[in-house]
Amino acid sequence: MSRLEAEHLGIRIGKIEICSHLDLCINAGENWGILGRNGVGKTTLLHTLAGLRRPDRGCIKLDGTPLTSLSRRGIARDIGVLLQDHHDAFPASVMETVLIGRHPYLGPLQWEGAADYAAATGALRAVELEGMETRSVSTLSGGERRRLGIATLLSQDPHIFLLDEPTNHMDLHHQILILDLLKQRTRTEAKSMLLVLHELNLALRYCDHFLLLYGAGETLQGTAEAVLTQTNLERLYGHSLQALQGPCGTIWLPC
Amino acid sequence: MRPLALFALLFLLSSISIVFSMASGSMPIGWHDLLSIIHGDGQGLATRVLIDLRWPRTAAAYVTGALLALAGGLMQVLLRNPLADPYVLGISGGAAVAALLMLLLGLGGLWLQGAAFTGALLSMLLVFGLSHGHGSWNISRLLLTGVVVAAGWGAAIGFLLALSPEQNLRGMLFWLMGDLSYSTTPVGGLIVLLTGLLTAVASGRSLNLLAHGELVAASLGVSIQPLRRLIYVLASLLTAAAVTSAGTIGFVGLIVPHMLRLRGVRDHRVLLPASALLGGCLLVLADTLARTVLAPRQLPVGILTALIGVPMFLYLLYHGREHFGRDG
Repeated sequence: MSRLEAEHLGIRIGKIEICSHLDLCINAGENWGILGRNGVGKTTLLHTLAGLRRPDRGCIKLDGTPLTSLSRRGIARDIGVLLQDHHDAFPASVMETVLIGRHPYLGPLQWEGAADYAAATGALRAVELEGMETRSVSTLSGGERRRLGIATLLSQDPHIFLLDEPTNHMDLHHQILILDLLKQRTRTEAKSMLLVLHELNLALRYCDHFLLLYGAGETLQGTAEAVLTQTNLERLYGHSLQALQGPCGTIWLPC
Repeated sequence: MRPLALFALLFLLSSISIVFSMASGSMPIGWHDLLSIIHGDGQGLATRVLIDLRWPRTAAAYVTGALLALAGGLMQVLLRNPLADPYVLGISGGAAVAALLMLLLGLGGLWLQGAAFTGALLSMLLVFGLSHGHGSWNISRLLLTGVVVAAGWGAAIGFLLALSPEQNLRGMLFWLMGDLSYSTTPVGGLIVLLTGLLTAVASGRSLNLLAHGELVAASLGVSIQPLRRLIYVLASLLTAAAVTSAGTIGFVGLIVPHMLRLRGVRDHRVLLPASALLGGCLLVLADTLARTVLAPRQLPVGILTALIGVPMFLYLLYHGREHFGRDG
């Protein structure tokens, strides 16, 4: 059980201000969605929260301790990050890739043991990639690669999942499978997750809290009911939207 | 291949190549002589040739090959670039300029080795310092700085060759293409090699992660900046030690790690020590041929490493292409 907090967070890239005095608290069991237009800094914010990038102002705390005074290994046991797509320069098999998730639990000279292989196998089964252990990652499709990233994260088994567009390239079945899986973990194991998602309706289905990035440092946060109003969303995306009442709740459609 | 079987095979190959090298040369030496040395009771000329001439050269070839292959494997993962080799960052260029200056002045032996080592380290510091610059230290910057500095050294080498009197040119060209004929028992090289191997194996799992990208590695608990500095300094030292004992021998550092990768060896805890052993074998074999095929004439060993390495590598690449990933 872990709590991730941002205090007076200020992040800029060049002249672009992503946030200026952001206070954010992600408690165990909460699922957060970050929404915003392209280039508004969602990924940079995610990297900063994971400690992969230093903020320009303010600090990030994990259970009250600043990330800067924690070891990278220690952070990696609590915070797991799914990055956007990346290319591997060297060949790797599916099993080798999932096993890297065990790194934060192993000593410098320790080799992966039976427990690590069991965790990796379980993770592959959870994302429906079992039987592909020996395949080379370069032969996987985009969606399979994305699921492999999720499997690596599951073998890392952190308390806080920071996911940058997790459902990219995935078919409908796997989008739901993966997000159901993660949401179930946050509910039953008191974990939390923070999703960057462009699919508004998917975000609505899985997140109970939202952070909206408007650009120029302006942000808005709160529970789904409080934040996801027609006015806020139309202003966020610069596009008019229509709310429909479907069988599983509200659905937003672009006009 | 299982790591244990791989290392058994590589140790066997190493022994064969070393025995082959010791037994080859203008003076025929039989099994009897080799065994008598192991027993320590040899007295004759054959024994002297083996102990004073062939052993230091064979040992130097083995250690140099191992240094180069290990440095190559480290550079490739550090730069996340399959094309990287020990010389890509201009380390050999600095060594070569210093060494050629000594040859131009007619100095050899320790002067030559000292100059090569100093030149390599100065070049390493120059590239490292310049790639820091104002901004952050990143890999593209390091690679570009290194490549440009290497090009500068290349021009300086050309200038020195153009200035040199005819009688010095042959020695200079041999040095530039690798020359083990003045080698002594490589005690210093062996120390650097063992240090390098221990460090490489200890950071092996972190390097496995680094191969997946810096952000991936950092998010899984690797402290990127210290690791990269360590690997950069280590690879530079290994290269400097190799250049010092044998001049600039190309190719070994580039292809040996890839040969193993193409056979499915990807874990750096196995790949790096296995590269060192295979690099040693390759260079011993190449040097033995370099001094025997046209005997009494000697060839620069760099020619033989390429002659052996190119077909071997192309064969492996052709048959193993489905194992290789996409370009970074």
